[in-house]
Amino acid sequence: MPTNTLSPPLLDVHDLCVSFTSRGQVVPIVENLSFSIGEQEILGLVGESGSGKSVTAMALMGLIDAPGVHVSGSARFKGQDLLGLSGKQMRALRGREIAMIFQDPMTAFTPVYTIGWQIDEQLRAHHNLSRKQARTRTVELLGEMGVPDPANTANRYPHQLSGGLRQRAMIAMALSCNPSLLIADEPTTALDVTVQAQILDLMRRLRTTYGSSVLLITHDMGVVAETCDSTLVLYSGRAAETGATQDLFAHPQHPYTAALLASIPPMNGPRPDRLPAIPGTPPQPLERPAGCAFAPRCTYTHASCLPAPPPTFCTVGPAHKVACVLPGEGNPLPKRAYTSATPVL
Amino acid sequence: MQFPSPTVQAAPPRSSSGATQPLLAVRDVYKTYSLKHGQTLRAVDGVSFTVMPGEVLGLVGESGCGKSTLGRCLLRLNDVSAGQIIFDGQDITRLPERILRPLRQQMQMVFQDSYASLNPRRRIGDLLAEPLRVHRTPDGRKHTPMAIAHRLEELMELVSLPRAALERYPHEFSGGQRQRVNIARALVLSPRLVVADEPVSALDVSVQAQIVNLFADLQKSLGLTYVFIAHDLAVVRQISTRVAVMYLGVIVELGETDTVLHNPAHPYTIALTQAVPRPVVGAPRHAPLRGEIPSPVNKPSGCRFHTRCPAVQTRCQNEAPTLTQIAPNHAVACHYPVLKSTHA
Ligand SMILES: Nc1ncnc2c1ncn2[C@@H]1O[C@H](COP(=O)(O)OP(=O)(O)OP(=O)(O)O)[C@@H](O)[C@H]1O
Ligand SMILES: Nc1ncnc2c1ncn2[C@@H]1O[C@H](COP(=O)(O)OP(=O)(O)O)[C@@H](O)[C@H]1O
Ligand code: SF4
Ligand code: SF4
Ligand SMILES: [Mg+2]
Ligand SMILES: [Mg+2]
Repeated sequence: MPTNTLSPPLLDVHDLCVSFTSRGQVVPIVENLSFSIGEQEILGLVGESGSGKSVTAMALMGLIDAPGVHVSGSARFKGQDLLGLSGKQMRALRGREIAMIFQDPMTAFTPVYTIGWQIDEQLRAHHNLSRKQARTRTVELLGEMGVPDPANTANRYPHQLSGGLRQRAMIAMALSCNPSLLIADEPTTALDVTVQAQILDLMRRLRTTYGSSVLLITHDMGVVAETCDSTLVLYSGRAAETGATQDLFAHPQHPYTAALLASIPPMNGPRPDRLPAIPGTPPQPLERPAGCAFAPRCTYTHASCLPAPPPTFCTVGPAHKVACVLPGEGNPLPKRAYTSATPVL
Repeated sequence: MQFPSPTVQAAPPRSSSGATQPLLAVRDVYKTYSLKHGQTLRAVDGVSFTVMPGEVLGLVGESGCGKSTLGRCLLRLNDVSAGQIIFDGQDITRLPERILRPLRQQMQMVFQDSYASLNPRRRIGDLLAEPLRVHRTPDGRKHTPMAIAHRLEELMELVSLPRAALERYPHEFSGGQRQRVNIARALVLSPRLVVADEPVSALDVSVQAQIVNLFADLQKSLGLTYVFIAHDLAVVRQISTRVAVMYLGVIVELGETDTVLHNPAHPYTIALTQAVPRPVVGAPRHAPLRGEIPSPVNKPSGCRFHTRCPAVQTRCQNEAPTLTQIAPNHAVACHYPVLKSTHA
């Protein structure tokens, strides 16, 4: 869905930095992250485990306040800076304006109450509803999320539901107050593909039925390609590339994005003898190079990649930006060679 | 890190027969677990297949369908409840451990969780030497310290780890490197059959391809036979010569990789291939199936897929289809298989 370029974005994150202090050392986790999400837009935040996706989400939700944590930057949401809000202000916003769902739905529910009761309570905390009115709405919501027999399912405890049903119940709870922004952290990672496909269908429908924007966090490039309007690729706590999903997948311009896409085994066409693998592993935060974080693994590393500071975003197309020195040096990567003409299985 | 072609040669084939005999034959295998309240769960519910030497059989299916249970049964890490496991012509289903022991050298397992399967307090060299200290050479002698040291160096080369890795502890490695160590450990005794249970599922995306390549390289250079369990169809396609699709304890489709994945005949396989999200932007596809896999404790009657099958007919509710050959090297358990890519 094209985002309206005239209205300001729903969420505008600027220079977000998160660090932890561990044994007297400052560990930079997320560095200078900037992105925005438009009304009814789905933005995919994609990166490998440890790249800082969850930390980003938690920072936006005001959910990391452990000792030694330092968060800086700004995150403007409907005219206010989320990072400057007090705990009380943030709590008022959470659930009502911004809701979050997790990979493991068990973390969202307490085991001792039925899921229906917990969604009722969430509704009643933000709206003036009788218990009966709340339950009517709960059953309606569960039904809309594709839960079969919602009236009875509402009376069941979290552990009595399958993973897919729990995930739907959690989405129902997250949407109960019609939030403008839903942050979904790996919502389908623990699910089977056939159920994952159902939940992704649901995600895509949210913006039309609920007018919600979604920040979808995942490590799966396939999930991003099928679900997100725009994409932000994270590598070792830093933004590597961002753009409209269509453009980014057609012509990835950061060597990491390109190499990652190339390393995914194809489902059709000839099977390569060997996959074009990326050598090595992502660096730990404390071992992150001063220059480009991908330099130790990149095929194109050269002198200008190595000195600090890391490359900043270079614009390569409308809304398409790359944190790599190549485009600026007049050596952009070639287009991705994939056979979109081949029917996807 | 690049992968030089392994320099170590395959152990000479120990099969007394030619390559026409399967290395592994599974005949109508059941594995039942007893639960509380007298309930039983048939995790593997009548499975038969064979694997020829040098073949890679990919085993796919959704969580809980019985892949790991079956994998463990193949290596006698689980005892089966009924049926036969035949390894290299020998029925090992009920062999006592004492007789099974020398055969165990020839079949090894690699697990998903690279960390849980390595003792954190022991150096890699120690971990790898252990099987050599426990097992004897084919002619019944102990392995000498020299031979052990030599073998460990060979193994490091095989899995593209530096020799110095032998002196290090598991926590000093990344997930991908630990998986290399696990693979090395499975190879210590030059097995012929390796069962790998989701060996790349827990790895970072950018590291998965390295390990898939390593599995493929080793298979070719050592002439290994794999049963490769994974839920990622693209990974399975990359590595397998044949694919078996499981649903609720049974194999519903079995055949050549490209046949099963590109011309699937079972409605479940079709749905599974359609559900895989691909890194290509196109028209959003819709979920091919409704609902979830039913509980294995209360399996549906008749065809166990009938509660979710888009092609279900009355007969399916009462009569269970059996795995039937529909073309050479292509078998399907469905009353109404979809023939010749009419679903494309
Ligand atoms: N020790 C056990 N006792 C009772 N039930 C078990 C036991 N081990 C497995 N099961 C059950 O047997 C069924 C098959 O389990 P199995 O682990 O083989 O599935 P799987 O296909 O490997 O799934 P996954 O993809 O999640 O690894 C499941 O319903 C599981 O809950
Ligand atoms: N409470 C914490 N204290 C110290 N380091 C942390 C903490 N939480 C996360 N990290 C580190 O931050 C990095 C990013 O973690 P995370 O955001 O969870 O990654 P992702 O969600 O992308 O897998 C990792 O290196 C992780 O070890
Ligand atoms: S800046 Fe240099 S090292 Fe980094 S991705 Fe670009 S070419 Fe590779
Ligand atoms: S037997 Fe019937 S229910 Fe089962 S897969 Fe075939 S068509 Fe579907
Ligand atoms: Mg995370
Ligand atoms: Mg398993």
